[in-house]
Amino acid sequence: MTAITAPRVGAQAPPREFGPLTRQMFVRYAGASGDLNPMHYDDELARSAGYPSVFAQGMFSAALLAGFATDWLGARNVRRFGVRFREQVWPGDVLTCLGTVTAVCEESDGDRLTVELTATRQTGGVAVTGTAQFLIPRNAPQRVTAGPAGP
Amino acid sequence: MTGSPAPDVDLDSGQPWEVVVERGKIAEFAEAMLSDDPAYRGPGAIIPPTFLTSAARWAPPGVRVSVGFDRKRLLHGEQEYTFHGDLPAEGDVLTAVERVVDRFSKPGKRGGTMRFATVVTEYRNPAGELIAEAKATFIETAAKR
Repeated sequence: MTAITAPRVGAQAPPREFGPLTRQMFVRYAGASGDLNPMHYDDELARSAGYPSVFAQGMFSAALLAGFATDWLGARNVRRFGVRFREQVWPGDVLTCLGTVTAVCEESDGDRLTVELTATRQTGGVAVTGTAQFLIPRNAPQRVTAGPAGP
Repeated sequence: MTGSPAPDVDLDSGQPWEVVVERGKIAEFAEAMLSDDPAYRGPGAIIPPTFLTSAARWAPPGVRVSVGFDRKRLLHGEQEYTFHGDLPAEGDVLTAVERVVDRFSKPGKRGGTMRFATVVTEYRNPAGELIAEAKATFIETAAKR
């Protein structure tokens, strides 16, 4: 897990790319999530409905953005993760994920970070935006001045 | 933007169903989200943030709520997960219940009416404590005229 030290408003995650995305990824996500909507793996059906091809499940892009965020701030620390679906994602797309800390709130057992997240297509179009909260436990070394038993 | 409540539908609740958090399912989900985080593997694996989307798969027929929207015009607008403490882990047995918590409508940009519905799924542990919540916003686009 990435070590988190003194998170500050404005701190940014190292950007990360996912892709080029493939139909196989959509199929694997369909099986894993139980969302078997054929619009995400049946090209013929997608074309008959007026789309150029199948497209990714919105929740697949959301899951990529979620993994990006938990790699950054810790899988065990996430307390809220929300997304808004903006633009469809297609086979061959490359998504670039970005994250910025927008608020830090001290709580009794750690720092609650609010982060804004985006997954952007190679076209510049934003596929998914997200907001998440992570509760980062205070590091033991920062507590050496505190008494052995907390309040 | 403010909306007006849709008069023809009630806010309703579904029936509870059991969700067993399984280690293999977590690993499968992590694989699908292209994550190699060890937190999502092996004994004690915790769930990824959006994992509970897979819980609906095991809901018996009739227990989930229906927002009553035309599937051809249905969009999933937003999705949010809240965790009220440590993340659920493999072996946990949770009880899920869905509720429609909000409905409203707005004029469509090209006429007609867009309808919105917010569905919250509560996940509780065997002691009845609220462990996690999922909130989904669904949109029914205006009918073509």
